[in-house]
This record gives sequence, C-alpha cells and structure tokens, in this order.
Amino acid sequence: MKRPILEVRDLCMRFGGLLAVNGVKLNVYERQVVSIIGPNGAGKTTVFNCLTGFYEPSWGEILLDGEPIHGLPGHRIARKGIVRTFQNVRLFKDMTAVENLLVAQHRHLNTHFLAGLFKTPAFRHSEQDAMALAAHWLEQVELSAVANRPAGTLAYGQQRRLEIARCMMTRPRILMLDEPAAGLNPRETEQLKALIALLRDTHGVTVLLIEHDMKLVMSISDRIVVINQGCPLAEGRPDEIRSNPAVIKAYLGES
Amino acid sequence: MSARLRLAFFSALLVPLVAFPILGLKLVTVGINLEIQGAAPLTWWIIAACTLGMFVWQLLRRRLAAGWASSPNLPRIPAGTGNFLTRPKTQRWGILALALVALVWPFFASRGAVDLATLIMIYVMLGLGLNIVVGLAGLLDLGYVGFYAVGAYTYAMLGEYYGLGFWTCLPIAGAMAALFGFLLGFPVLRLRGDYLAIVTLGFGEIIRILLRNLTEFTGGPNGISGIEKPTLFGLTFDRRAPEGMQTFHEFFGLAYNASNKVIFLYLIALGLVLLTLFTINRLLRMPIGRAWEALREDEIACRALGLNPTLIKLSAFTLGATFAGFAGCLFAARQGLVSPNSFEFIESAIILAIVVLGGMGSQLGVILAAIVMILLPELTREFSEYRMLIFGSLMVLMMIWRPQGLLPMQRPHLELKR
Repeated sequence: MKRPILEVRDLCMRFGGLLAVNGVKLNVYERQVVSIIGPNGAGKTTVFNCLTGFYEPSWGEILLDGEPIHGLPGHRIARKGIVRTFQNVRLFKDMTAVENLLVAQHRHLNTHFLAGLFKTPAFRHSEQDAMALAAHWLEQVELSAVANRPAGTLAYGQQRRLEIARCMMTRPRILMLDEPAAGLNPRETEQLKALIALLRDTHGVTVLLIEHDMKLVMSISDRIVVINQGCPLAEGRPDEIRSNPAVIKAYLGES
Repeated sequence: MSARLRLAFFSALLVPLVAFPILGLKLVTVGINLEIQGAAPLTWWIIAACTLGMFVWQLLRRRLAAGWASSPNLPRIPAGTGNFLTRPKTQRWGILALALVALVWPFFASRGAVDLATLIMIYVMLGLGLNIVVGLAGLLDLGYVGFYAVGAYTYAMLGEYYGLGFWTCLPIAGAMAALFGFLLGFPVLRLRGDYLAIVTLGFGEIIRILLRNLTEFTGGPNGISGIEKPTLFGLTFDRRAPEGMQTFHEFFGLAYNASNKVIFLYLIALGLVLLTLFTINRLLRMPIGRAWEALREDEIACRALGLNPTLIKLSAFTLGATFAGFAGCLFAARQGLVSPNSFEFIESAIILAIVVLGGMGSQLGVILAAIVMILLPELTREFSEYRMLIFGSLMVLMMIWRPQGLLPMQRPHLELKR
C-alpha cells in the first residue's frame, strides 16, 4: 500500500506531571475518513492541538507526506494543508459570513500593498475569484441566503457549517473536525454526514474526525482510532471496533 | 418606594460631596503662602440647588420617563436614523460632503480659524492612523504619540542639520515612524490586551524622555525652533525670500498676505488627510484589512487558517505609525517649533479618545470626534478651568447614549454573483 499522507509516531504530550497523550500513533491515508473516539478527557483534542501546532508535542514525530511538521507554528502547518475546526465554534463573529470565507483565502490572494491601493486588474481579478469561490462554498453548505449576516447571528448549525466551509477555502489536504456534530439535531447531523462524504469523494479531502455521536462515526469512518486516558486502545475498521472487547470495556466499564 | 427614596438621598448626597472640594474651596496666594478659602455664597447656593434638583430627579425619574414616552407631540428621532447613518454608503457621502466644506473653508474663514482647522486636520490624521491599530486590529496602543514625535523630530532635525525642506522630509518622516513602529512592534506584539497597552505606554514615554535628554541633538527641553514652512515648488510664503528663492506673492504678482502661508499649510493638511482616507478606505477592502479585523476577533482561528498573526499585527502597527509620522511632520511645520512637551501621554490619550468617541473602525466617526475634541477646548476657552470636567461629562454621556461611539460603521454588504 502507498505511503500514508499523515503519519504520527509515538506522540506524547506532557503538562507538568500529567501525561495527557501517551504514545499515540496514527496512519492516515489519502481520501480516508479517520475518526478518533474515546471517553471525555481521553486526550483527543490534545492530539488535535499537537497535530495543528497549537501545542508542541513533548515527544514523537508527525510526518506529512514524510516531511516532519512537529514543532512548526500553527499557521505554517495550516499552510501545509492541515486545517481544523474547533470544539466551540470560532468564527469571526462580527464579520459577515462571506467575509469569514474571504479571510480564510488570505494566503491565496493578491496581498500586494500597491496592487490593492491602485486596484490593479490583477488585484481585481484575484478578489473576484475569491468572491466566486466563497459564493460556491456558501451554496454548498446552504448558506447563500445569509451571506451578508454577521456570523455571530447565525443559528448554531449554520455556524458549524460555515466553519467547515471556511476551512475549505484554504484548500486543505487534511481537514480536522473537532466534534462537528455537537449540538446539532438529528437532521443537521445527517446533513453533516452528507457534507463530509462530499468533501472526501468530490474534493479529495482527507478527514480526521473527533466525535461522540457513534451513529455518525460508525457510518462514515473508514478507520477508527480509540484513545483511552491518553493511550491508544484500539485501531481498525468500524465493525472491528464495534466488537472489540477492550473498547467495550473502556466505554461501558467492567462488568 | 423606600428603595427609590434611598437612591435619591444618596445620589443627592454625592452632589455636594463631589462639588464641594472642586467648586467650594479656593486656593489663594497670600504673600508666599497658600490659603484655602471658601467660595462665594452664590456657588454654595448653586450647589444646594443642584443637590435638591438631583434628589427630586432621582425620585421622579421613572414617572417623568413614562410621561415623556406617552406624550405624543414631542419630536422624536425616527427609528431608522441610526441604521441609516451607520451605513457605509451614507458615511462615504458624509465624508465627501465634509471634504467639500473643508476645501472652500479657508477662503472664507479668519486666519485663526484656518490655523485651528489645520490642527484639527493633524488630529484627524492621527485618529485615522490609530484607528488602524486600535479600531481595526484591536491592539490597544497607548504610546502612539511616540511615532508622532518621531515624525516631528525627523523633520525638525533634518531641517536643522541638513537644511532639507518639508517635501523631502515628509516621506522620510513617515518612513522613520514606520521603522520605529516596526522595531518596537517586534518584541511587543506577542503581548495582548492590557499588557500590550502598558508596554506601548512605556515606549511612548521612552521616546519622549529620550528626546528631552539627548540635548546635543534634540535641543533637550527647549526643542528645536525655527523650522521652515513648506514651499510651493520652491516658492516661499514669507514676506521676503531668502537668497536664490522667490516668494509666492512676487511670482504671481499679488500683494503680500500673511494668511496665505496659513491657508497653504491648511491645504497641505487637507491633502494629506484625503490621502490617508483614500489609503485606509482601500486597505479596508484589501485582504490585509480583512485580516486585521479577523485578528481582532479571534487570533487562534486566524492561526488555524494559516494567517501569520505576528506579520499581520506588525503591518497594522507599522502602517499606523506611518500616518503618525506624516502628522508629526506637518505638526512641526505648523508650530515652527518642536519640544518634548508636545508629545506627552495626554496626547496619546486624546487621540485614543478620538478613536473611541468616533466609533471603532468608523472613519466619519473619527473625523467628527477629532473636530469635537479639538474644537471643544478652543471654544470653551473662558471655562478652561473646567475643561477636564467637560471632557469627563462628555465621556459619561457617550457611555450612556452611544457606547459604540458617535457613528459606528456597519459591515459592508458584499454582493454574491451567481
């Protein structure tokens, strides 16, 4: 099999005396949906924070296409194509939905100072392309009608979708979603599932998912990684995980 | 009822408590000593009346408010006005109208008024510049006056030691201030909020103290005087031209008029303000302008999207400083004299007040606030003892009625193409 797009080896994160993540390893292949599950406080979000450069891992290696990225600052990792959403939605609340999407394209735009000052044709072109892409994604997540509303005034489910669309504006290779279904109703969760499938199948994005909604996880994941108290517990296809005795024990306790 | 009575009583008690030490006592010099004397009986009566008035007002406030609301014939501001005034389009027209008024103004006003208007223009520039840093990027900068000082001293010193003119020094002053902003920004910008405010405050003071103590270069507390006024393509506005130069009135065959000089300086100031407005307007619609605002809202999200927060903050800091440098150069030309006294912390506070009063991020708001803040002390010269009191009450009123500033700006509406 070909080389995984993202390899994590022996990842450890220590906060003083607390070993929050201990020896986690991950192999993510292109165009896969990989879920990380585990009880609350298992260290899932800490793994995310290490992968996206918000924490510097105490130990271990993170390789993107074989290239080490651990220790790089967050924005550098994002530029390499690993983009994440947050457990508690972090939109630019006072800016409108479409502006949120434009900001995310910053890196791909013509940011030349004089070009913008004199509105050169190249600058106009780049802005128009950005608008077109934003409009396209607003349509994809069914938010065209609220494009000019401040993001903070949108409904919670809409904010979640907008955050995913905003990530897509950066043209990521790996999209990391931190509990995207939290606070969504069943219908919205179905929409989310369809959206994740669309991202993987039509846009070729690899998705890393932290989620508590087992129905969603089991139905969409290609692989599942279980973490318990910072340690890797199991890894495999959904049906393997479902019948794994260690996982059942961790979730339901000893019987 | 008893709660309201108590409130009214304590509110009324506050009035003499505050008014007595401020208005009721007077320091009088007797020989070489200071003596405290009571004020005139009229003052006492006024304080007593205010106390009584406060008591009655607090007691009946709710009933009065109800009466006000139910009376139909009182004029009321239509509900849509606020919305209309904060729309970007309205504000653009407002700025255009103000610019037109400003253009014809010097030809009808007195010399003193034009001079004052020049000062207002300088503060408009400072306000617009600081608005980038505080209003857009959300970095609380209390040492902004430092960059203003850098601009002013750049012109003064280059003129003094190398004989360079205003037009050569103007871009150099902007560049110097930008350089300082860049250098100071580097170590400072990893801090946030209150910490950033304190450190920038310190830097502002360091620059001022440096200027005061580098006596060999900056003239120390006396500053540098005899700074040249700007020329029009080599034509001076003085009565008699120095050697090798011509005067404006001789060249055009006009009678000498001392106010020409003032009007010319005013027009330069106006031009610079318009240039600043244009630049900032464009910046707002550029990716960098959006990035500033995004950074103000959520730095972590910015980083997760691949935006480099340090670089974006630094660009805001540097650009803000550049405009302060231009304003400083203009200030030096207007005063003809720079000294460290002109760049004290209170100036930073006034500029910050302009930004906050105007409504963070709003350009028309900043212009109006600059006019109010500079004009008010000039108009109330007779009550100059109470200037701070007027400032204070203005701030309190703003907090009550318009906490977002005079004219905050709405988000621009971006049209989606299908």
